[in-house]
Amino acid sequence: MDSSMTRRGLPLLSAILLAGCNTVVMNPSGDIASQQGHLIVISTLLMLLIIIPVIILTIAFAWRYRKNNTKAAYEPDWDHSTQLELVIWGAPLLIIIALGLVTWISTHTLDPYRPLSRLDEQRQIPAGTKPMTVEVVALDWKWLFIYPDLGIATVNELAAPVDMPIHFKITASTVMNSFYIPALAGQIYAMPGMETSLNAVINHPGEFEGFSANYSGAGFSDMRFKFHGMTTENFNQWVQATKSGGTALSRTDYLQLEKPSVRDSVHHYGSVDADLYHAILNRCIAPGTTCMDQMMATGMNGKMAQHHE
Amino acid sequence: MLDHIDLIKLIFGRLTWDAIPYQEPILLFTFIGVAIGGLAVLSLITYFRLWGVLWRDWITSIDHKKIGIMYVILGLVMLLRGFADALMMRAQQALSFGDSAGFLPPHHYDQVFTAHGVIMIFFVAMPLVTGLMNFVVPLQIGARDVAFPFLNNFSFWMTTFGGGLVMVSLFVGEFARTGWLAYPPLSGILSSPDVGVDYYIWSLQIAGVGTLLSGINLIATIVKMRAPGMTMMKMPVFTWTALCTNVLIVAAFPVLTAVLGMLSLDRLVGTNFFTNDMGGNAMMYVNLIWIWGHPEVYILILPAFGIFSEVVSTFCSKRLFGYTSMVYATVVITILSYLVWLHHFFTMGSGASVNSFFGITTMIISIPTGAKIFNWLFTMYRGRIRFELPMLWTIGFMITFVIGGMTGVLLAVPSADFVLHNSLFLIAHFHNVIIGGVVFGMFAGINYWFPKAFGYKLDTFWGRCSFWFWTVGFYVAFMPLYLLGLMGVTRRLSHFEDPSLQIWFQIAAFGAVLIALGIASLIIQLVVSYQRRESLRDTTGDPWGGRTLEWSTSSPPPVYNFAFTPKVYDTDAWADMKSNAYARPLEGFLAIHMPKNTGAGFIIAAFCAITGFALIWQMWLLAGLGFASVLAAIIIHTFNYNRDFYIPEGEVVRTENERTRLLESHV
Repeated sequence: MDSSMTRRGLPLLSAILLAGCNTVVMNPSGDIASQQGHLIVISTLLMLLIIIPVIILTIAFAWRYRKNNTKAAYEPDWDHSTQLELVIWGAPLLIIIALGLVTWISTHTLDPYRPLSRLDEQRQIPAGTKPMTVEVVALDWKWLFIYPDLGIATVNELAAPVDMPIHFKITASTVMNSFYIPALAGQIYAMPGMETSLNAVINHPGEFEGFSANYSGAGFSDMRFKFHGMTTENFNQWVQATKSGGTALSRTDYLQLEKPSVRDSVHHYGSVDADLYHAILNRCIAPGTTCMDQMMATGMNGKMAQHHE
Repeated sequence: MLDHIDLIKLIFGRLTWDAIPYQEPILLFTFIGVAIGGLAVLSLITYFRLWGVLWRDWITSIDHKKIGIMYVILGLVMLLRGFADALMMRAQQALSFGDSAGFLPPHHYDQVFTAHGVIMIFFVAMPLVTGLMNFVVPLQIGARDVAFPFLNNFSFWMTTFGGGLVMVSLFVGEFARTGWLAYPPLSGILSSPDVGVDYYIWSLQIAGVGTLLSGINLIATIVKMRAPGMTMMKMPVFTWTALCTNVLIVAAFPVLTAVLGMLSLDRLVGTNFFTNDMGGNAMMYVNLIWIWGHPEVYILILPAFGIFSEVVSTFCSKRLFGYTSMVYATVVITILSYLVWLHHFFTMGSGASVNSFFGITTMIISIPTGAKIFNWLFTMYRGRIRFELPMLWTIGFMITFVIGGMTGVLLAVPSADFVLHNSLFLIAHFHNVIIGGVVFGMFAGINYWFPKAFGYKLDTFWGRCSFWFWTVGFYVAFMPLYLLGLMGVTRRLSHFEDPSLQIWFQIAAFGAVLIALGIASLIIQLVVSYQRRESLRDTTGDPWGGRTLEWSTSSPPPVYNFAFTPKVYDTDAWADMKSNAYARPLEGFLAIHMPKNTGAGFIIAAFCAITGFALIWQMWLLAGLGFASVLAAIIIHTFNYNRDFYIPEGEVVRTENERTRLLESHV
């Protein structure tokens, strides 16, 4: 029984292991994603220290103590051994202590909110580098990227220069999505009325897949975009082309854009209303609505005033 | 004034002919199939004049054994529906590449994956778990029934009618298109204005009442009704896990009820708990639903752990290794399961310290779980292992589950979760633990206790077929999903562009077909065993050389379970009795006080389902009537004083003498 299971399982397992090493998650092009990939390998190896012996022992005991093997020892009343119990609880405990340390450290160093501390394993960030900010809005069912420093915006296309720290500020228009470019860095939720952020850097030029990793309704499957890692020159050209070739994105245009649609083609905007992202985040695009931050400030002040009375 | 009231709207609410999906061929053919099958069953019942039997002996039964069996039947029937959804998803994902859109448009596909999750968790896994607990626990602790027998019947019917509402959504209206946890704002009124989410809410609310009450019932049973001598630390391990699971149910399900209640208020009366505007916050919903949802995972797996503990020690003919540490491991898991919920959404953007905390608490759970695996392992050590069907499932579980456990701990590392969250890796992980853990556990349990329930063993050949198809099918179906997750493929997609992925989806679909053969083998196993029941008959009441009290009575047990309440001196009470040359008492029988059957549970639950249906379609008149009927039926039931009876001494003597004769004729 056991041997046939091994016969069937092993080729499949090894095929999957081989294929698994060469995937975008295990072999990405951005430093944050690479560190996350390494973390998967380290954690898996740590756990295999206990998983492999358990699987082997299960098969070995099942075989050795089968009913027909009357040569094997049989102790029907043996049910306790303090030493063994110490090992049983101690071994997983040690592994988890090690993994817990790895977790604590990696969660803090790879915190998406934390500004980057390096470009990649070998290179530090050159002094005086200011990260490029990109404001991301998940719409039904497309992505809007605003480059506030450059004054441009795009739909369903994202570009960034290689080895330039990027600071993403992320929100959504109506429902929850998750902003994910596997080659660049792990995902983070995009939620309406809230802002999350992600710091990352792309180390190799190329075209990478980006998509929503959280189901968001009918158009979800096609909510994809291309992320282009570019040399600085190419990126500057791309910015120039976007500026000259694109239309303007005003609040009125945004209200149009915001309407649900599927499989939108790439669109470039040469100019963007300065406070558009702020208005989207605070849910006050439509004329006559109060921005959430203002409402909260008013509420706070009201409370303060009451306190002082 | 009167012409302002739209009578049609008052009666039918939102329900119109458009709600019947006759333009969708898949649903149409399903409906025709269900209608023909249903008619066939109904006419067979009529032909064989079984309506009376069905009503008297089953529907109104308050016997925990029959209710347990009905729960298991409900779980298996719903498994067919949930698995049909799974096959459709696997087929869609294997076909829908490039120019081909597959056969399911998003509108339908999104309902299918939502229904699959809801049905598999609430109406397959939960009934199977509750059913086995219901059947086994009173027998294991030497009791004659559960603490509140009527409540037990009512709980079952609430669960069943909840499941019935989900089934109705197939043909009247539609089901939710939100994923199985219905996160707002997507499940809010703005994004999901139709009835799908309302079906979701009301079927779970109704079934949830049943689950909660059955949890209270079993806790009371275990705490108050154990046989004399059975101290807490002498309880069988399955009873321990049942106790912990029901504590989890009682603590967790009210949270689900409350969160779904708030969601329906948001949808119906315009409150702003989880909306985008007016200070609502959807993150609260996600937190609350997982404060229920994570314990729910342990609600399902703990009883499975209990089953494996019973099976391992029985089929190794050996005491369970480390009983005490097994109990403490179970209790520790129970407590810790409340401290880990945030690991389902590390990617929501909590700070690093919060994420680390929940990551590490999650990993800590793997320590007691690991200890359990080692305890089973060392129970096998120096045992005499009989590879009967339950043991086969147990070995399959031990090997499969540790892989799922490993990927689970991997997902608990927040930074790794950022790249794997919501991917097919995650899907592979939780199917790995739910199939490899819960489902294998339930099959081990069904094969183990079937002779106790029906008096004959299940056929071994088809049982082995089922085991191998399920096990191999699981690996073929889900290992490719682990890989696809590493390729950055996310869940719930109904269409793909990258043709290089297709082969993996095709392999996974083939795996699903193997699992389908596993399910078919299970059905054949049940039929063949029924046909061969005379040769598979168990006359001893103890076909496996069992160690706990349920094996001390006959198979199937008499209505009253035990003519005399057993006395317990050791953890493996029945093994202890056997080794001390226990002699079954042959005289001195007395009349036995038992609860009486009642149709009240069925009727109240049916009214609840009608009320739920009316609320879904906003038929306010019917909803009001339904609710009034529920209250009236409950009040009328409280005036029913005719609730118990005595099984006369003569009948007890007859039953016990019959058993004596049977035992003697097969020495």
